[in-house]
Formats: sequence, C-alpha cells, structure tokens
Amino acid sequence: MLKQYETVFIATPVLSEQQMKEAVAKYTKLIADNGGEVVYEEDWGLRQLAYPIQHKTSGFYYLIQFQADPSFVEVLETQYFRDERIIRFLTVALDKDAVEYAERRRQNRAKAAAAPKVEEPVVAPEEPEVPVEDEESNEENNA
Amino acid sequence: MAQNDAQNAGIRYLNPPTVEVRKKKYCRFKKAGIKYVDYKDPEFLKKFLNEQGKILPRRITGTSLKFQRKVAKAVKRARSLALLPYVTDLLK
Repeated sequence: MLKQYETVFIATPVLSEQQMKEAVAKYTKLIADNGGEVVYEEDWGLRQLAYPIQHKTSGFYYLIQFQADPSFVEVLETQYFRDERIIRFLTVALDKDAVEYAERRRQNRAKAAAAPKVEEPVVAPEEPEVPVEDEESNEENNA
Repeated sequence: MAQNDAQNAGIRYLNPPTVEVRKKKYCRFKKAGIKYVDYKDPEFLKKFLNEQGKILPRRITGTSLKFQRKVAKAVKRARSLALLPYVTDLLK
C-alpha cells in the first residue's frame, strides 16, 4: 500500500548548484528505486535559518512530495543521517486534507510562476507572498 | 441634601464606569474553512506566536481545540526545520 509523504531537507550552503542537483537526484532516484513515485518537487533555494544549525546560518531547502511504502521512510531517513550534505530533514505523512492542500498549493505556485510579476530574490524568503494566496484560496474553495 | 441626591441618582461613581464591549472570539480556521495547517508557511504561523516565539494559548487566539492541536504541531515542525525560531526576542 503506497502512502503519501512529504519530505523537506536542508542542505549545507557550501554546495555548488551542480552538487545540489546531484543531491536531489540521489534522493529522487532513491524514491524511484524503492517502488515509490515522486509526485512533486519544489526548490526553495537558499534561505536564512531561524537559528544556526551546525554553525551555519543559511541552507538550501528542497521539498519532495512522494508516494511510497511506509517501510521506505526508514530507508530514506537512514540515507539522510549518513549524508553529510544534509543538515536537517523532516518527513511527514500526508492525510487527505494535506494532500488536497498540497495540490492547491502546487496549482497556486504554477499560476504564480506562469505570470511572474517581480523576480523573486534567491536569498529572501519567498514564502510571504504565497501563503496569503493560499489562505485566501482556502477560504474561497471551502466556504 | 447630599443624601437625597445620592438616592435620586442611584449609585454614583468617582470615575465613569468603563463598559467593555468584548468582541466575540472565533476560530479562524472554522470560519475560513481551512482544514490543514501548513508547517511550511512561517508567516501564517507567526499569528499564533508571541514575541518570544511561544505558542499563544487558545484563550487569546480563540482557536478551537481541534485546530490548536494542529497549529501546535505545525509550529513545532516549522521550528525543527528552522523556519521558526525556538527562542527569540522581538519576533514581530
């Protein structure tokens, strides 16, 4: 039985773009190799951390939403623990409301990407814009 | 006479009594029909934190118990991902 999961990891800021791509490729491949399926990926880019982790004040955030067997989560997290590039990670199981929310978030972001108003700076947190939209669409759709 | 005055006017105050009209608190999630509280959205979660980054109680935010639990979980997840601080001053 496949289950929906979502995993966010923070990679060290010292990685080059190429190394970051390799790291992402490693985990997407890992998911595919273990009978899972990547539903969605999202690159948050370099972000400031709210507090220092391993003496680092920023990191590359990357989100992967995937379907996999529950036993796979352990495999994935073991890999995270062994990977020195990863400084923090979080894997969360998604219930049906969360899946619905993730889908809407994806559509909102796709829409925002289709009609870019302002170039988003890489370092600055890009969240503030999206959440407001999310919340509003939540209200509209469920009202 | 002073006594008569007091009787006529009923109770008299030195300062005019302040009548508080409290707005009824409500659960914003129930009102807006939000079902899932997202931990990836620190700006939204900040509405439920005080300046030190502590989670505000239900009696202040008016959140229903069901969603208070979800908010708490989301805040804790966001903290572990360094999207929100564990301890801080002047968050807002």
